[in-house]
Amino acid sequence: MIAQSFQYESPGTLAEAIALLNQYGDEAKVLSGGHSLIPMMKLRFASPGYVIDINGIPGLSDIKEENGVVHIGALAREADLEHSALLAKYFPIFKDVTKLIADPQVRNMGTLGGNLAHGDAANDHPAVMIALGASVIITGADGEREVPIDEFFYGFYMTAIQQGEILTEIRLPVPAAGTGNAYHKLERKVGDYATSGVAVQLTIGSDGIVTAAGIGLTNVNPVPLRATRSEEALVGKPLTEENILLAAQYASEDCNPSADLRGSEDYKRHVTGVLVKRMIKKAAERAMAS
Amino acid sequence: MIQCKTSKAIGGMGHSLKRKEDARFIQGKGNYVDDVKLPGMLYMDIVRSPYAYAKIKKINIEEAMKVPGVVAVVTGRDLEKYNLHWMPTLMSDTQMVLPTDTVMYQSQEVAAVIATTKYAARDGREAVIVEYEPMKPVIDPFKSLDPSAPVLRSDKEGKTDNHIWNWKAGDKEKTDTLFETADVVVKEQMHIPRIHVASIETCGCVADYSKVNNHLTMYMTTQAPHAIRTVIALVAGHVGLTEEKVRVIAPDIGGGFGGKVPVYPGYVIAIAVSFLVGKPVKWIEDRSENLQADSFARDYHITAEMAGTKDGKILGTRFKILADHGYTDASANPSKFPTGMFSIATGSYDYGTTYMECDAVYTNKPPGGVAYRCSFRVTEAVHAIERITDRFAFEVGKDPADLRMQNFIKKEDFPWKSPTGWIYDSGDYHAGLQKAMDALNYDELRREQAEKRAKGELMGIGISTFTEIVGAGPSKDFDILGIKMFDSAEIRVHPTGKAIARFGTKSQGQGHETTYAQIIAEELGIPAENIAIEEGDTDTAPYGLGTYASRSTPTAGAAAAIAARKLRDKARKIAAYLLEVSEDDLEWEPGKFFVKGAPEKAKTIQEIVFAAYTNHPQGMEAGFEATHYYDPPNLTFPSGAYICVVDIDRETCEIKVRRFVAIDDCGNIINPMIVQGQVHGGLTQGIAPAMYEELIYDESGNILNGTFMDYLVPTAVESPSWETGHTVTPSPHHPIGAKGVGESPTVGAPPAIANAIVDALTPFGITHLDIPITPFKIFKALQEKGVFAS
Repeated sequence: MIAQSFQYESPGTLAEAIALLNQYGDEAKVLSGGHSLIPMMKLRFASPGYVIDINGIPGLSDIKEENGVVHIGALAREADLEHSALLAKYFPIFKDVTKLIADPQVRNMGTLGGNLAHGDAANDHPAVMIALGASVIITGADGEREVPIDEFFYGFYMTAIQQGEILTEIRLPVPAAGTGNAYHKLERKVGDYATSGVAVQLTIGSDGIVTAAGIGLTNVNPVPLRATRSEEALVGKPLTEENILLAAQYASEDCNPSADLRGSEDYKRHVTGVLVKRMIKKAAERAMAS
Repeated sequence: MIQCKTSKAIGGMGHSLKRKEDARFIQGKGNYVDDVKLPGMLYMDIVRSPYAYAKIKKINIEEAMKVPGVVAVVTGRDLEKYNLHWMPTLMSDTQMVLPTDTVMYQSQEVAAVIATTKYAARDGREAVIVEYEPMKPVIDPFKSLDPSAPVLRSDKEGKTDNHIWNWKAGDKEKTDTLFETADVVVKEQMHIPRIHVASIETCGCVADYSKVNNHLTMYMTTQAPHAIRTVIALVAGHVGLTEEKVRVIAPDIGGGFGGKVPVYPGYVIAIAVSFLVGKPVKWIEDRSENLQADSFARDYHITAEMAGTKDGKILGTRFKILADHGYTDASANPSKFPTGMFSIATGSYDYGTTYMECDAVYTNKPPGGVAYRCSFRVTEAVHAIERITDRFAFEVGKDPADLRMQNFIKKEDFPWKSPTGWIYDSGDYHAGLQKAMDALNYDELRREQAEKRAKGELMGIGISTFTEIVGAGPSKDFDILGIKMFDSAEIRVHPTGKAIARFGTKSQGQGHETTYAQIIAEELGIPAENIAIEEGDTDTAPYGLGTYASRSTPTAGAAAAIAARKLRDKARKIAAYLLEVSEDDLEWEPGKFFVKGAPEKAKTIQEIVFAAYTNHPQGMEAGFEATHYYDPPNLTFPSGAYICVVDIDRETCEIKVRRFVAIDDCGNIINPMIVQGQVHGGLTQGIAPAMYEELIYDESGNILNGTFMDYLVPTAVESPSWETGHTVTPSPHHPIGAKGVGESPTVGAPPAIANAIVDALTPFGITHLDIPITPFKIFKALQEKGVFAS
C-alpha cells in the first residue's frame, strides 16, 4: 500500500492550479479530500506523476444562499454538509446521506466536489444531486461554465470536466414550499458502497398533487441514474399507494445493476424498488411537515 | 456474585482491576514489531503470484535491481543453495519458503526484494517481471479427489492424489446401526466458511543477525516465541543457527487469534537475508498480503446427522467432514490431533453413540488452517452440533430450549465421559440455559414471535449451548512437533516485597500483565500492582508453548498459582522462624501469617520476603524465587448458553440482531472486567462469520474479497448491545478452578445467530442456511421458495 513516487504541488490560487493542470496535462490529478484518489494511488491503480492539492485555495468551501440558489463550494467537507444549518433547513437529505458515508474521520476530509468529480456511480452524492436538480460549476483558464447534473456524468470515472478544469462549486435551487427529500442506501456494513441507494425529492402542492419529483439511484447503473419514468409516474398526480408502487416498479425495471458480491441483479432491482417506495414515503412525510 | 478473598488493595482474584498494559496502549506508546528500528536496517517486500497455479518460467530481476535503493532480489533458486526453499509446517507437512518452479495459490510468495527503504522495496517489487505458465487449478475441494484432478503435491514422492489424511473417532458400526433403526434421523450439509483472523496488526519481523557474534535476534509477531526459536534452530541449525544462538523477542502484539502461531515464509526469508548480508532486515505485511496469503481458519464441509426418539431424546450423532487445507496442511494443532478437538462435537448432551470422520484434501488455496480464537476446530464442532440439535428439535416439534433441557448432561453426572473419550471436568448446563432464558423472558419472546408470524413478520430466536475444550494440554497426549504442551511461570520476589514474574506464554491483548499479577496476588498477598509481568523474550522467560487456544490461564495461570504456593510454603517456614513458633501454629490470611489465637503476632509477606534476603533461617536457601512447569492433568471444559433474537426485514432481507444474551461459565473468574471484555470481543468475532466474513475464491482461484472493502469485518456499528452474565462451576482439577474464556464467545455465537435466522425463516420451509447468512443469501433462499419473483 505504497504509491509510486509523484510530484506534489500546492497552489495558493485557482488560477495557479489551473495553470499547473494545463502544464502537466494527463499526468496531473487534482487532490481534494483524497478519499478516492489516495487509495487508488496506494493500490497503484492510479499513478499520476503530479498531484495538484487544491486544499490550500481559499474560498472553495463556503455554503451560502443567494437569490434562491444554494451555493456549496467544491471543498465543503462531508462533515460541513452534515452540520450545516442552512442545508438542514432545505435539504435534510444531506444528513441522511452523509451519515451513510464511511466514518467521521473520512467525513472530516472527503469533499462534495471530489465525490462528484470522481465520476463513480457507486458514490452517494451523484444520486442526491440528481434528485435535487443540481448544477455544477466547472472552472478553467477561460473562466466558469455551469453544467446541469444530467449532463455531468458520462461514463465510468468520466465526467464533463475537461483537461485543465476544476470542479469549483455545486448549485442547488432552493426548493418550493411543500418540498421534502430523503436518501437511504442498503449497505453490507458501515462504510460499504451501496448495494443500492435511492435519493428522492418531492414537492407536493396544498391540493395534494405532486408538482415536482426528482429520483436518483446509486450504484445500480454504469453512470448515476435518474429514474425518469418513476418521476413521471408521480408528477401531476396525487401521491397514492398505487402511484408509489408504480414508481418503485419502474425504477427496478429501468436500472441496470450488475451482479457482484453485494447481490444478484434480481436482488439489486428488488431492493431498488423497495428503497424507492420507502424514500418517496419519507420525502412525502417531510414535505407535509415543511 | 463473585466472592473476593483478598482486599482491593491486594487485588487478587475476582477484582475488576484496570488493565496495567492499557496505560501505554491508549497513549499510543505500545512497542510493536514495526516500531523496532535498528541501525543499517534493510527493508523487504515480497513479489506475489497473480495465479493460483502456474509454472514459473522466468524471473527477471534486471529492472528491479536498477531501482535506486534496491540491494538484492531473492528467489527460490537462491534459497535452494542453502536448502532453505522448503520448510516444515506445524503438522509435519512441507511448505515452500520461495518456489523454484511452481506457484500453488494466488498471492503466494515468489521473490523478495531487499532495499534501503520500504518505498524502494515496493518500487522494486513492482519492477520484478515474472513469466508464468498458468495451469488449471483445483479450487473446489469436492473435485480435488476426482481421478482427473492434477496431483498438486507431485513434489512428494509417490503422491498419486490430493488426499492428505483420514481421521476417525467414535464407533462406526454401532452408530450406523443406530441410524438405521432410529425413529427420527435428521441431516444437513453445512459449510463452515474459510475466514481470516484479520488482526489489526499484520504479521512481520525484524531479523537481526550479527556475523561477529554468530547470533540472531528475531523480533517477530509470534504467539509462541519459544516454540518458534526451537523451530528456527531445527530448520537453520545446519547453517550454524543453533538454539543458543537464537533469541526470539515478541514485543507488543496487536491481536493474534491464532494467526500468529504459524511460521510464514516472510519470516524465514528475512532470517536468510539477514544471515547472508549481516544486516537487520525488516518485513511487515500490508493488509492485503495478510488477508490473502496468511493462514486461513475453518473451511470444513460437514455433513451432520442426529438420530433420536420422537419425543426428543438424542441417541446419536454422525459427522462426515471434508477439510480444505489449501496446498499444504499448515494447521496449528497438537501433533496427534489433525482435526484438533473436533471430537468435542458430541456437545453438551447425554448420549453414548457417535461416529465422525474427516478427509483432508489439497487445493490451490493458501495453506492453513489456524485455530482462530478457538481451541483447535471447536468452532466447527460446536456449529455442527448446535445446528443439528435445532434441526432435530424442529423435526420432532419441540421447543429447542426444552429439547436441550431434556438432553443436557446433568450437573451430578460430572466428571462425564463423552462418546469420543473426553472427560468433561465439570458443568451446570441447566443452570446456564435457565439463566439466559430468564434474562430475556424466553416464553414471552416465543409468544411475541407467534403473533408476528401470524402477521407475516419475520422474527427468530436461536440458542447455542456449547461445551468448549481448552487448556491443551496433558503431556501424555499433547505436543507440538514433539514438544509437550505444558506451560511455565517463574516468580522472583525482590527484597522489598515487590516481584517480577515471567511466563512462557505471550499476550496479544488478553491482559496477562494484569491477570497473572492477580493470580500471584491471590496466593501471596503481594499487591497486584507491585508485580511486574514479563513475557515474550526467550532469553529471559521460562520455556512454554505460548498463548492460543485459551490455554494461558489453564496452563501458565496454574503454573503461577503453584509457583506462588511454593513461595508461600517457604514464607511459612520463615515466619515460623521469625515468630519463634512452629509452622503448625501459623495461619495464613492474604498478605500475612499470624499465630493462631494471637493475631497480633504476625509477619507480613513483605517482612518475610525481606528476611529471606537479610535474616533467613540457617540451612535454608536464601532468596525468594520459584519456578513451576505445569503439566495439566486434564483439559478444562468451559461452557455457555447463548440466546439470540433477530428481526428480518421482509422486503430487503436485512437482519437485525435485537437481543443477544451470553451466559458463560469459565469457572472461577480472575478479573470480571477483563472477562467481560473478552466476551464482547469474542461475540463480535462470532457475528463476523455468522453474518459477514468469508474468503471467497472464483473457479480460477482468484480471491474475490482480498481487501477490507469486501472482506467485511464487523465494527461497533454492526455489533448489537451484548448482554453478558455468568454461572460459576469451578474446574475441580485446576489449581485456581479457572477454565479459560477467550474463545467461548467466538465458538458459541455463530450457531446462536444462525439458529435464530433459520428459526425466523422456518415458515417458508427453510431448515438450514450456511454462514455467513447475509441479506442477499436470505433473498436467494426466499426466491427459491417462490417468495420473491425470479
